[in-house]
Amino acid sequence: MNHDDANAGEAPMSYLDYTVGAPVADTRAPAGPIEQRWDQRRFEAKLVNPANRRKHTVIVVGTGLAGGAAGATLAEQGYHVVQFCFQDSPRRAHSIAAQGGINAAKNYRNDGDSIRRLFYDTVKGGDFRARESNVHRLAQVSVEIIDQCVAQGVPFAREYGGLLDTRSFGGVQVSRTFYARGQTGQQLLLGAYQALSRQIAAGNVELHARTEMLDLIVIDGRARGIVARNLVTGEIRTHLADAVVLATGGYGNVFYLSTNAKNSNATAIWRAHRRGAYFANPCFTQIHPTCIPRSGDHQSKLTLMSESLRNDGRIWVPKAKGDTRPPGQIPEDERDYYLERIYPAFGNLVPRDIASRAAKVVCDEGRGVGPGGQGVYLDFADAIARLGRDAVEAKYGNLFEMYERITAEDPYRVPMRIYPAIHYTMGGLWVDYDLQTTIPGLFAIGEANFSDHGANRLGASALMQGLADGYFVLPPTLNDYLGRTPLPPVPDDHPQLAEVEAEVTDRLHLILAVDGDRTPDSFHRELGELLWDNCGMARDEAGLRRALARIPALREEFWRRIKVPGTGAEFNQALEKANRLVDYFELAELMCLDALHRGESCGGHFRTESATPDGEAARRDEEFSYAAAWEYTGDAPVLHKEELVFEHVHPTQRSYA
Amino acid sequence: MNLTLRIWRQQGPDTPGEMTVYQVSGISEDMSFLEMLDTLNEELILRGERPVAFDHDCREGICGACGMVINGQAHGPERTTTCQLHMRHFNDGDTIDVEPWRAGAFPVVRDLVVDRSALDRIIGSGGYITAPTGSAPEAHATAVPKEAADLAFEHAECIGCGACVAACPNGSAMLFTAAKVVHLNVLPQGAPERASRVRNMVGAMDAEGFGGCTNTGECATACPKGIPLTGIARLNREFLRS
Repeated sequence: MNHDDANAGEAPMSYLDYTVGAPVADTRAPAGPIEQRWDQRRFEAKLVNPANRRKHTVIVVGTGLAGGAAGATLAEQGYHVVQFCFQDSPRRAHSIAAQGGINAAKNYRNDGDSIRRLFYDTVKGGDFRARESNVHRLAQVSVEIIDQCVAQGVPFAREYGGLLDTRSFGGVQVSRTFYARGQTGQQLLLGAYQALSRQIAAGNVELHARTEMLDLIVIDGRARGIVARNLVTGEIRTHLADAVVLATGGYGNVFYLSTNAKNSNATAIWRAHRRGAYFANPCFTQIHPTCIPRSGDHQSKLTLMSESLRNDGRIWVPKAKGDTRPPGQIPEDERDYYLERIYPAFGNLVPRDIASRAAKVVCDEGRGVGPGGQGVYLDFADAIARLGRDAVEAKYGNLFEMYERITAEDPYRVPMRIYPAIHYTMGGLWVDYDLQTTIPGLFAIGEANFSDHGANRLGASALMQGLADGYFVLPPTLNDYLGRTPLPPVPDDHPQLAEVEAEVTDRLHLILAVDGDRTPDSFHRELGELLWDNCGMARDEAGLRRALARIPALREEFWRRIKVPGTGAEFNQALEKANRLVDYFELAELMCLDALHRGESCGGHFRTESATPDGEAARRDEEFSYAAAWEYTGDAPVLHKEELVFEHVHPTQRSYA
Repeated sequence: MNLTLRIWRQQGPDTPGEMTVYQVSGISEDMSFLEMLDTLNEELILRGERPVAFDHDCREGICGACGMVINGQAHGPERTTTCQLHMRHFNDGDTIDVEPWRAGAFPVVRDLVVDRSALDRIIGSGGYITAPTGSAPEAHATAVPKEAADLAFEHAECIGCGACVAACPNGSAMLFTAAKVVHLNVLPQGAPERASRVRNMVGAMDAEGFGGCTNTGECATACPKGIPLTGIARLNREFLRS
């Protein structure tokens, strides 16, 4: 960790001077036709005798869709699972907040859907920065997920005939999204949680709730356990296992304001990164265009509203800068319906990244509306006039209600105000086809890994990936690892255990000892704004260099001025926040470096220097058709490139004008 | 706006607690109740005092983590979760009482944080369908009448926040238990375990120390997700038929 005074104010040159190491490649996906790779891999995978499984302990960190599904499935297979969540109950993991739906190539609509088409849509939607083998497997497994969830009693929406209903989602031409009203994530998560609860009650899963992973134990090059803190008592303890599975979600909260839950954090994956797991594509973050804008400096999080609103709402801002008249008093000819103007063919229905960037541009011009000028109007007046209020209410009633609850404005009378917000991170720990990281025995599943969405995730695909990894992909590959690997017991007095425990404890003591004059949230807000301004919707070299210079200075200030009352041996939420922040500083630096090195635009990563003549994202395939996997060194990181080969989906440039 | 807060402070389950008075100023009516508490906590940290502990996570009304008794009502005056309660429902100069969930089965962890793991154990006793991964038949093999699917969904919306228990004068978990029993028992997939599920869950509920139901109906009034009181009638019917 570099936080000495000498570097305050300018980026430590050593960090920018990253080196390029040996390429990294997936060696687990079998060769041969892409349709047969997963079957082949499962056939080749070594099995563990059912009687021997109970002798193996597997740690699963996180209880969201990926972790909950994995914990339940591994326990059903006979493994002894030790599972962790920082929430008071596994049912509260942030997967619960997903609204829209889950994709599956069932083709129940007879509309030409297929595994091949879901595979194709996902690779293309990811702007050709995902690994074909993984994405194809995801499309294959999607079909089994729906069967599994229905058997568990997930109350999906149904037709009058009793069969499952589906709907369409952005960027695709088929109806393949299964849903449970606006609470699909909740219902899928409760399905996994109930399966997990059954295994907890049966004694097959040992659950540690309100317990947070703070470090990884690596012995003889293999992941053998974690160090975790009991958040109620403050006790720090080592838990040993034969393999460790991280299902700890994404790192969107590095921005402070995001649609993530307040306590979602990057500490588990970042600590694993520091212990040797490569971190891939950290700059690939997704920004959702239709969120409720912040109402002031007190704002603690942002709330997403379904993108479906753009089907009938018209987006506009005043033509004049600094026009503070209420929207109703701005005449038609003084409004700029900028998406309809710039993208006449797609209008208000351009993809997420394009709609988000356009909103930022008009707000940066000083034409934004609402507090701080950080918002644009989403106006339903025309839709209400055309369809009638009842029809609009039938379609969007619950969303209008949610908006009114938060803003106290009636969207039937005044236009909604919306603004983009961070809500998903495509980057994460680098994994191979087996979902194993570069540390043998350490697996990463769900949003915590980087594997399936490339540079941009399509709607309703996050739930699909979380459950695919947890229920169907990880169990056989973990079997293979445990079946092939000699795993001598780790003695309780192994020096590595005391060492890592001491490091974790020392860090907390250091934070508590500063006794400065700034709160954890004040630092987090400042870091978040810095990232949002320089590594957010649009990035350029000057801004990224500015951020890379500022982050070390901010981190240095943190270690001088942080204030956390109380002790480490008690329930201490301020200490939890400050401890997560230490990792956010380092992660933020790597995100900016990754964004700086990737001189192309692709998916959620828009470099203003790499645009088409009409201002759209321009990929540079000849230079950047790779996943960037970063190795931690404590100093300048090492970049390992995984070349991406497209045998089935030919890369093309997108156009929406 | 300026407010006087009287907040329950308690170090741990075995130490006595008390209401402590705080003044907060400059509160915006656009703040959520939790953001108002954030403001207080920022001040407390700078003064070197321990901030008020409270559970919270998604802050959009779905994770069920947050919950406090505000002026005697679970989640406060509006029918929503505490995180979705905004300060515009209060007036400048108000005095607001803030307490943890009060129930025998929910010991206080610290301040406004309580231990709701008893609810998890009720689920573990039978709130599931035994369908190990990989064993599922094709999803369309069994049609589910739309009415049954909708009824199941209406009860499956429970977020497990515990407001029903806190609002009940008996500290009963009947509405919580009913929500899961009805969700699973009305589906054909849940039929094979229909009888054992309700018996085991009601047994677990009693063993955890939750009170009995006297049909007060406070639970359904406090429920931020609108789980209907009729769920309890359905639970009783399921129990009798088992």
